[in-house]
Amino acid sequence: MSIKHGLLALLDAGPMYGYQLRAEFESRTGATWPLNVGQVYTTLARLERDDLIASAGTDDEGHVMYAVTESGSAEVAAWFASPVARNQPPRDELAIKLALAVTVPGVDVPAVIQAQRTATIGALQDYTRLKRTATERLEDSDDPRADLAWSLVLDSLIFAAEAEVRWLDHCEARLARVASTRTAAAQAAASQAAASQASEPPAPVPTPSRKVRR
Amino acid sequence: MITDSQPVLRLDGVTRIHGEGAGEVHALRGIGFVARPGELVAVMGPSGSGKSTLLALAGGLDTPTSGTVTVEGVELGSLNAKERARLRRTSIGYVFQDFNLIPALTAAENVALPVELDGVRTATARKAARAALAEVGLEDLADRFPDEMSGGQQQRVAIARAVVGNRRLILADEPTGALDSHTGEEVLRLLRARCDAGAAGVLVTHEARHAAWADRVVFLRDGVVIDESGADAADDLLSGKHVG
Ligand SMILES: Nc1ncnc2c1ncn2[C@@H]1O[C@H](COP(=O)(O)OP(=O)(O)OP(=O)(O)O)[C@@H](O)[C@H]1O
Ligand SMILES: [Mg+2]
Repeated sequence: MSIKHGLLALLDAGPMYGYQLRAEFESRTGATWPLNVGQVYTTLARLERDDLIASAGTDDEGHVMYAVTESGSAEVAAWFASPVARNQPPRDELAIKLALAVTVPGVDVPAVIQAQRTATIGALQDYTRLKRTATERLEDSDDPRADLAWSLVLDSLIFAAEAEVRWLDHCEARLARVASTRTAAAQAAASQAAASQASEPPAPVPTPSRKVRR
Repeated sequence: MITDSQPVLRLDGVTRIHGEGAGEVHALRGIGFVARPGELVAVMGPSGSGKSTLLALAGGLDTPTSGTVTVEGVELGSLNAKERARLRRTSIGYVFQDFNLIPALTAAENVALPVELDGVRTATARKAARAALAEVGLEDLADRFPDEMSGGQQQRVAIARAVVGNRRLILADEPTGALDSHTGEEVLRLLRARCDAGAAGVLVTHEARHAAWADRVVFLRDGVVIDESGADAADDLLSGKHVG
């Protein structure tokens, strides 16, 4: 995640000091991705070095304020204008785990799927409760923009968790179908063997059940 | 979450076998299930896992092959047909997977029917029906017949019929199947509000996003409860998150 661009975008709206930046970032994203103050200050130092921001004196209480430079402002515009890259999907531990579970012998794949489903739906229940309170709060909010932002972040988490459950359902159904065609094929093979033993010579034509398997 | 009050719904060792001999289907195999006042429980599971069977038994529409179903402390098996019908009308709201609206009655008449059958005056029943229809956003369609409404609108009439007159137990079989995501969410909000007001709800759904409104999610497979997910952790999350 780009902390650099996040902070830069906040500063583009007006000068701020370090703690304030962290608080603003978290009120918009609901502390879903918490920042520590150290991260904020190292990022600010780098942004200043790259001439994207400049210190803008101190406020009444002596906080060091930062403001975007012209090139910083251009950088923010470019960030918003370009899509987040999807050409390198982030490493997905669940997909990797399942890919290994179906190939490594002796793994109870349905149990792996169910354990994940229970956990993901548990998370979905949590997000949904947070969403309900966020929606209620939106109705008489003193910072509707930030509350809306947080509510949209929750939606993103909800959609992602939902997609994961749908994918798990899909995996389970696919595996069940593969298992049942295997059983059917094995039964067909067994009865075919029995039939060919009973009536010699064996029929040379391929049986339809074979074709279905192809 | 309320944990120590008497459950509104209770299933003990419930088995339901359809048919007999070689064609026997074990729809449920020794299920235990509880829904308490104030609790919304979601039931999920693949097609054929026994979800509708569980709901039909809970609603007294079907009887178990063995085991007991208890609603508000009354074992359904101990009631005669008339007593059971009365309990169904007064305590249980049921949303069927295929709506089950009466085609010859308008939306308002469909919703008012269970209340009227229970001896409430027609005018009073119609008023309650209109209020319930308003809750699902259909006050303007109260005088339409089912075949003059879209699938999603019929589904909402069915939901209004299930919640009219403050039933203690609301059983809903895929109540959001024909709804778009916004209307679906409204229906969940309504069910949730009824449960928050003290009713017990059981919601059968394929949609994880809708199941997530429940306090507990019970997973069925091949007629057995295989797992359950609660939301206790949400309290920690709620207290720790989002200061602002
Ligand atoms: N009247 C009946 N006679 C025979 N078998 C039945 C009957 N009703 C249900 N079954 C069987 O019992 C099993 C459970 O059915 P049920 O309707 O409870 O499934 P479900 O979980 O609701 O599925 P879906 O998600 O498709 O609605 C299925 O195998 C079904 O075929
Ligand atoms: Mg069903």
